[in-house]
Amino acid sequence: MSEQLRTTPLTDLWSEMGGKMVEFAGYNMPVQFPDGVVKEHLWTRENAGLFDVSHMGPAFASLDDKTGLSAEEAHNKIAKIFEQVLPCDIQGLARGQIRYTTLLNNDGGVIDDLMIGRGKSDYEQGSLYVVVNAGGKEEDFKIFNEISKGVATVKRWDENALIALQGPKAVEVIKTLAPDAANLSFMSYNGFKTELGGVVIARSGYTGEDGFEILIKAENAVNITEFLLKNKNVKPIGLGARDSLRLEAGLCLYGHDLDQTISPIEAGLAWTIQKCRRERADFPGASRILDEITNKPSRKRIGIEFLDRAPAREGTIIQNQNGDDIGIVTSGGFSPSLNVPIAMGYVATEFATIGTQIRLMVRGTARDARVCAMTFVPHNYFKSESNYNRSQK
Amino acid sequence: MSVKFTKDHEWVALDGDIATIGISAFAAEQLGDVVYVELPAVGKNFNQGDAMAVVESVKAASDVYAPVSGEIVEVNDALVDAPQIVNECGTGPEGWFVKMKLSDQSQLDALMDLAAYKTFIES
Repeated sequence: MSEQLRTTPLTDLWSEMGGKMVEFAGYNMPVQFPDGVVKEHLWTRENAGLFDVSHMGPAFASLDDKTGLSAEEAHNKIAKIFEQVLPCDIQGLARGQIRYTTLLNNDGGVIDDLMIGRGKSDYEQGSLYVVVNAGGKEEDFKIFNEISKGVATVKRWDENALIALQGPKAVEVIKTLAPDAANLSFMSYNGFKTELGGVVIARSGYTGEDGFEILIKAENAVNITEFLLKNKNVKPIGLGARDSLRLEAGLCLYGHDLDQTISPIEAGLAWTIQKCRRERADFPGASRILDEITNKPSRKRIGIEFLDRAPAREGTIIQNQNGDDIGIVTSGGFSPSLNVPIAMGYVATEFATIGTQIRLMVRGTARDARVCAMTFVPHNYFKSESNYNRSQK
Repeated sequence: MSVKFTKDHEWVALDGDIATIGISAFAAEQLGDVVYVELPAVGKNFNQGDAMAVVESVKAASDVYAPVSGEIVEVNDALVDAPQIVNECGTGPEGWFVKMKLSDQSQLDALMDLAAYKTFIES
């Protein structure tokens, strides 16, 4: 390795705890701990796993001048700036709400997938919280800076720590740090004062479990992380199990299941483009995306159910029953929860119906498989009354 | 019965003209949790260095190479049903992958003994 790897405020802690450190997106990150991927994965599904995701790109974008603007006007002003490149309804975010969305190129292809949120308090109006992926963050922030120029400033927070606490016991654990965070509804966030310093906590994650993502100033990162790890329900989890957890949950990994040629519709992410945005058709690649919503895209993301035990990795060719190539595997691995191989991929839309018989070409051998739903393990997200009300609107 | 090792982390134990072959405990640990093993057909011939089996962890697939040339005479089907055996007893008697009838025993001379292999993985 010629280049110096970047570190997070927690890198030394992971090394001390026996993390097997590898390069990921230019960072020195733990891929697994001594327990190994399978045990870490199952621990997270049953208890609470703690992940270092500080390599990602958290940032706050804020209007430079809110003089004379009401809270709503300030929010709408910054929302409109980001709606130029993101197809989700940002103006319509409730206070404290987060949405999952995609950053689009002019062809409607995905430059990155990300979270965007609206602050809860009055003084945060005119400010948005965004978290982008590690791999593309330089390009993403360049785009955000360009669209904000002269009106708003994007302040990066990626020199600090972002940790994810995921699993059914995460809520019990978060209460020990910030009791009020347990009242957050799914996909919402707020700032909290704790005895170990201020944090931003979002009820979100990428494992399919209930959980929280916690943004911590670098100087408090080790203290807060060690405090959480002292809890008997919490273990540190590496990137290996993070990947198997998100694959079981049917969630896209950028650079694999999403790229600049793939549209959100092909990826099964039509739900991330709200009705008002479709009606306004005012986002990059709108003509392609709206056409694909109406007339179906030419290819679609699918889940793959295996009929034998040979895993199929990224890049495996998918064929139909006649032996014609119809697509490719984009994420393939093994499900520790189900104890079978699982995969996602893209196939021509006519083969994307659940139950369709397909073949996976693994090392020259055709392996029988079937198209299935992308959620291999049911999501276990927190459902509060306010979620319910929101979904009824 | 002496055990020899390759730079690709296979081990070979010779008994008469039959070599028992597996992967080292070090290799198994590096792979992580093994979830799938694919073994060759009995009767198949391999040249030294050919990919002859596949071992897969949650994250990735790795080839197992023939440490010597010869014909497969027996495979360890227990690994197919219980691939975790590879992690539990890599160099133990249960963790073997294949038995091979050697075509050139002199190929073993160039492989590492245990002491040399230990030095190799520590370097």
